[in-house]
Parts: sequence; structure tokens; C-alpha cells
Amino acid sequence: MNPGPFLGHVAPGQLPLDLETNKRLDSWLRINPDGTVEVFTGKVEYGQGAITALAQIAADELDVNFERIRMRPADTSHSPDESYTAGSASIEVGGGALRYAAADARATLLEMAAAKMRAPTGSLTVDDGVITTSAAAGRVTYWELASKGLLARDVRSGIPLKPNSSRHIVGTSVPRLDIPAKVTGGEAYVQDMRLPGMLFGRVVRPPSYGAQLTAFDDVSAKAMPGVVTVVRNGRFLGVVARREEQAIAARAALQRAAVWTMPTELPDEASIAAFFRNSADAQVTTVSSRSPSVTAPMAVRTLRATYSKPYLAHASIGPSCAIAAVEDGVLTIWSHTQGAYPLRTDIAVVMGLPLGKVRIVHAQGSGCYGHNGADDVALDAALLSRAAGGAPVKVQWMRDDEFAWEPFGGAMSIDVQASVAADGSITDWQYDVWSNSFNMRPGQRGGVNLLAAWHLAQPFQHSPPREIPLPSGGADRNAVPYYDFPSQRITEHFLPTMPVRVSAHRSLGAFGNVFAVESFMDELAHSAGADPVEFRLRHLTDDRAKAVIRSVADRAKWRSGAKGDGARGRGIAFLRYESTKTYVAVIADIVVDRESNAIRVERITAAADSGLIITPDGISNQLEGAIIQGASWALKERVRFDRQRVTSRDWNSYPILTFSELPEIDIVLLNRPDLPPLGAGEAALPPVPAAIANAFFHATGRRLRDLPFDRDRVKAALA
Amino acid sequence: MPQPFRLNVNGAEHTVTAEGDTPLLYVLRNDLGLNAPKFGCGLGQCGACTALLNGAAIRTCLFPVSGVGNASVVTLEGLGTIEKPHALQRAFIAEQAAQCGYCINGMIMTAKAFLDHNPHPTAAAIRQALAENLCRCGTHVRIVRAVQRAANGT
Repeated sequence: MNPGPFLGHVAPGQLPLDLETNKRLDSWLRINPDGTVEVFTGKVEYGQGAITALAQIAADELDVNFERIRMRPADTSHSPDESYTAGSASIEVGGGALRYAAADARATLLEMAAAKMRAPTGSLTVDDGVITTSAAAGRVTYWELASKGLLARDVRSGIPLKPNSSRHIVGTSVPRLDIPAKVTGGEAYVQDMRLPGMLFGRVVRPPSYGAQLTAFDDVSAKAMPGVVTVVRNGRFLGVVARREEQAIAARAALQRAAVWTMPTELPDEASIAAFFRNSADAQVTTVSSRSPSVTAPMAVRTLRATYSKPYLAHASIGPSCAIAAVEDGVLTIWSHTQGAYPLRTDIAVVMGLPLGKVRIVHAQGSGCYGHNGADDVALDAALLSRAAGGAPVKVQWMRDDEFAWEPFGGAMSIDVQASVAADGSITDWQYDVWSNSFNMRPGQRGGVNLLAAWHLAQPFQHSPPREIPLPSGGADRNAVPYYDFPSQRITEHFLPTMPVRVSAHRSLGAFGNVFAVESFMDELAHSAGADPVEFRLRHLTDDRAKAVIRSVADRAKWRSGAKGDGARGRGIAFLRYESTKTYVAVIADIVVDRESNAIRVERITAAADSGLIITPDGISNQLEGAIIQGASWALKERVRFDRQRVTSRDWNSYPILTFSELPEIDIVLLNRPDLPPLGAGEAALPPVPAAIANAFFHATGRRLRDLPFDRDRVKAALA
Repeated sequence: MPQPFRLNVNGAEHTVTAEGDTPLLYVLRNDLGLNAPKFGCGLGQCGACTALLNGAAIRTCLFPVSGVGNASVVTLEGLGTIEKPHALQRAFIAEQAAQCGYCINGMIMTAKAFLDHNPHPTAAAIRQALAENLCRCGTHVRIVRAVQRAANGT
């Protein structure tokens, strides 16, 4: 990450990250004579507020009113390639590039104005695109200077940024650009797009990953009202019809007409940990190690614990959807993908088209929380459109399609062992994590990561799974504690065999790792007779880390030594996301209902430091959402499967947190406008389960080490 | 066999031709071009498809078009517009009560039906009223606050 753009000057010869690969200035910005500024970002909106925040950054740096900005969706025909909108990088990386591009555009306009007004550039000031000079009368506007070729060149290096003190849009809570349409039924989602002559498609997926089609008959489906075509290509089955309900009815008919054999191919969901640990092909890596440089204090006690996290579903509220059509010889797909360019790469390979004949245009979908079915349905739509002669086909996954086939967040098994000295300080920390890849997104080297491609008569293979390097990490994200231990070894057992389909899921391995780390820190604190807050502070040197912990303790009125009463308890957890991004500390207050074996989370208090805040309300929205999602994952969620197939296929079999289980949320933002902004979209998720588990221990004296903390687990823990 | 159905939607009369068992959701979206009622599950489990039938909240993904008859159907579009928003819409914008926003149609329409009979609810009553509506992004706190704000007339 290059923090330069938000700190001030970018070093000569250096460009911010996404500008290095997209140097053309007019691929980022266009100044229009009508008084508007078009911004072409490669980052996409999915409810996290990124587009509004980027508009604030552009408006501020350009010195134009916010209302003049027109954000254009990512479109592979002309937008900058910013890879995926993921990993909490939209502001740091996307914003950094956009701010710098805006600075270069502003400098260009000032240079032109200086020449026109025959005044030194240093004498110029800009107010909402109006340029005046102290050296003379008169004014020139951006809109008068606007021309097609104005920014038609590579961005220059060495452009100074406006001083941070002159910002007046960044740092304020600007209302989200997309919300008004969303609350009034405006066109807001890919599901709302209607193209002339558009048809409706549905797919019939196999009943399980490895199911083989042994008999198939499309006669009855083809005869149904409105059916335009039925597609069979290997194990890929689909139907196109004139009306949506006709496509759905034909899908049902096709399902009845298909006969499959289903292999026994999945591990026992009750013993995933053992399955992982028995893997013959684990790639074992020491991701961090530290040996003490001086003789460490003697260990008086060694503790061990094992933790687990299940497969978790994205479970997007709106199942994935895409529209594909051939327009002017170009396969065009409207998709809520997180990565338009990587998707284009894989689509082109499967469809046998050159890149220039495939165009991906981003249109919003429902919240995705990582790699869900968005990319897969784009290929489904492309295949069905091709079968319908290039007509526009909208493919909407059904609820069970999404639940059964989306790539999940991987299950994890974790061992921790640590030793403490007589004074309670940790002398050694040994950590082992077993899991799969958290990145099987399209656009990876060596394969195609789109579902239908694996089912074609001539199937493609997924790419070989690779781990993401630290500090970001995948299964090992946040496996290296942020604390200072004199001695540690963190080992990853990366498992390339993926019996259950997995990929990126909000916060990747951090959810499981911080659950383990922060639960175990609590166990160590207890063994040392230390207060959990004070114990964490003792092992930290980073002042910002200590500040969020102190801040949340203060806000929640944490009282050292306060005892749980068998029912009520409170617990704390902390992280610095990816060891480089936002700092978050949370305290959970819970009540354990011993009759129903339910944990009721009454309140979650959080403190967060994400450096410079672009939109205070936007960041609050993200933190609240992550906390509630974290509570849902922790208390209720797990993908269910038997030895043949995924069995959680609707909201009854995959329950999530409801309004009647809602905790109060209280968030303190520690704004640091003097520091670079830090990615915050995922950071508040990982500490939630440990805060709840630690609160459970505080209340009951029992440990919950396996997610989720459903009634069976609570009952077993209390027994 | 497809039949013609005369429907009163958002105060206007429309005639659509469809099979009688077609879920109202697809008629509203595809025949009448409305965006607000959403496909979330098609199983009546999430509430994203909610509209009002004679003022009562229904799940249009399960409700057949043949069952509408003379009843008035109101969707989110019928409550208000960006230029003239309903109190609930105004409140949701003021509270920025949306992340992805996909569930919000169901939240507002369910809240509308609820507030029509419970004009001064407690926060607990609002949570209870929305207990069968799912939000995946975790916008629950803001949604409750927005409904409360609309109820308070602020």
C-alpha cells in the first residue's frame, strides 16, 4: 500500500498503486463543458459506500462542489483496471489513485488558466471550478477550459496534492448517492435492468458437486409455454423463456427430467478438523517466527487450546443475477462482480473470444461480502444468451442455487499453545492453522474459476489454489498476533484439496484466527489472574492499538475484576486488521439463557481507529454492519452438508440473525485526520466471536471454542 | 392458460395477461416495470418482495396474481418519490438506513402496514414487527431508528 497520497507529496517518479497500471488521465476523469465532472473508477459499489466516498475525494481535490461529480460504473470498455473491489482497499488504493489523478487534472486546468489570464499559477485560487487570480481581475472556469483532449495523456509524476488542511468535503458525512433510488423503487440493481427483447434464463445445477448426468430429456421442457431454447452442454443445463415464471417452470420440469448419480465425496461435517489434519497434501509454511534475543523469563505454565470455524455462506439476500447480450459483435454482460476485468479474462477463455470482444459492465447487486455467485451467473448468462442467438438473457439464480453453489468461506481448525512467566507475561506463542484457499476468484493464473465452465462437455479446471502473501494473507490473515511476544512461531497448513467449494469471504481467515487468538489471550489472562484489558495492553507497544482498547473499555465502563453472575458476562477482543489496516476493539455484553441455551447479545461496544475518516457516517454504517454480521456468524451460522451434498439451501436451514435478536451497538470513532485512511470495511467482523466467547466465560466459567455458538454447543458447554 | 387480469396498482388500473398462478412479484416487476418488490428467496422467508394488498403486507413471491381481484396493490413506488417522499422514505434517507439496500423495500412496506395500526410503537415493538424480515448487511439498528423517526413524524 502506498500511503503517500493522503499524507501529502508522492515521491518524484512514483505513482500511486492503481495509477501505475492505468496511466491515462482521461480514463479516470472527464471535465465537461456542462459543468459536470465524470469520474471513472475501477472500484464498485455494493452497499459499502465506496462510490460516494470516492466522489468526495475527487470533488475535494478538484475544488468542485460535490454535486458536480458523476460517478460512472466500472466498464471494461474504458474504465481503469483496478482488479477487485475487495480487501478493504477502495479508499486506500482506489481513493489514493483517484485523488492523485484529480490533482493532476486540477494542475492542468490551473496551468491553462495561468496562461490565459497571464498570471502566475501561484496567484490562482479555485472555488467550485471558478479560477480567479489575485494578480488581475477576471475569471476562467473549468467548464470553459474543458475540451476533449484536455486530459488525453498519461498522468504526470511529482504532482503536489492539496494540503490536508484545505479539505472540506472529505471528513464530512455526505448522504450516499445510491440510497434515494433504493428507497423509492428507482432503477438501482442489475435485477432492475430491462433490455428490449430481453428473455429470462434459469439454470439447472447438478444436485451435488460431483453428480453425473445419466439420463436427460428436454422434450417436456421444450414444449412448455414461452420456452425459447433448452441448453445442455455436458452437465450444464439451462433454459431460456419469454416470461420469468415460464423460465422457472421450465427449470422445474428440467430438474424432474434429469437423472443423476451422486458420489459420496464430502467429508463428515462433524469431523472436519480431523479430515484437515489428516490431509496428505498440506503445504506447511512457517509464516512468522521469532526467537528471543535475550534469555526469556522462565515459563511457569503452558496452556493449549483448539478452536474451529465452520464453512460460512455469503448468503446474499438477493441471489446472484446477470444479463448477457451480444451488442455490435461484442458479448456484453451486466454483472455485480467485484472484479470486472478478472471476470472478463475468464469469460473470454470459456466463450473462446478475444478480450476485445467481451465487455463487462458493473451494475449493483445485493451485498456480496466477498466472492459469491456473481461471477458464475455472468457465465451462465453468456452461455444462455449464445444459445438464444445473442439475445439479451437475464439469468437470476434461485435461492437454493445461491446457497448450494456459492463459494463459501473456508472451514478452519486451529491449535494454540502459549507459555506464561511468573509475572503473567507471555513468553512463547505457538500457533497452527489448517484451512483452504480464501481466493479462488476468476482471473487467476492457470485455470478458470467459473462454475459452469467446470460442468461443460469439455470442462475447464479451476486454478491451482495459492495462498495470499502476508501481511494481507488468506487462511493466515491475522494469524500473526499484533502483540509483542518474545518468542513465537505461526505455522500455516495450507490444504489445496477443497472438497467443499471455497473462496473469498469477508475478512478471509481473520474471522477464525482472531477468534482463536483473542479467545486464547483471554484464557492466558485468566490463568495469570490478570484483567483481560490490562493483559492485552501489557503485550502491546503500538499506541494506536492501546488507544482503541482503552477507548472501548472506557466507553463500556469496563471494571477490572468485575465478576460474571452465571448469566450475564462481558468480554473483550481486539485486532489490527491485516496488521496494517483499521484497529478495532469490541466489548460484548451477553446474557446466557440456561433454559433455552441461547446466548443473547445485549450490547456490543466498539472503538475503531481507521486514520483519516472520509465519511464518518459511512464508516459507522460499515462497522455496525460488520459487528451485526459477526454476531450472526458467531451465534448461528454454518453451512450444512452430508456425505454427498450441501444441505443448507434456504433460510430455514441457514438461519441468520433477526431483528428480535438484535444487540444494541455503540461505536466510538477515533478520527486521525493527520494519518492516512485505513481500510475499514471488514475490520470489525473478526473480533466479535471472541468478545462473545469471552463474555460467555465471564458469565459461566466455560469456554466456547467451536463456532457457531448454537444451542447445542451452549448446552454442551454448560453441562 | 394465460388470462387477462385487471389490477389496481399504485392507484392506477392495469391489465396484464398471465397464468393465474404466476406470483404477483413477476407481474409487478416484468409486466408493470416496477423495481421495488424484489426476488430474495421465492419462498416467503425473507420479505424482500413485500407489497401491500388493501393495506396488509403480503409476500408477492408467493401470492398468485389470480388472488388479487379488486384489491388495491401498493408498492414502494406508490408510497412516494424522490421528489415527494413518504415519511418512511424520508426517514430512511435521513438515517442513511441502507447498506446494499436490497432488503429495504420489504422493511419499508412491512413498517408501513405496521405503523398504520401502531402509530406510536416502542423500539421493541418495531423489532418484533420486522422479526420476519431478513437483512444480511447488518443495517438493523438504522432500520429500527428510521421507522421510529417516521413514527415520530420527525
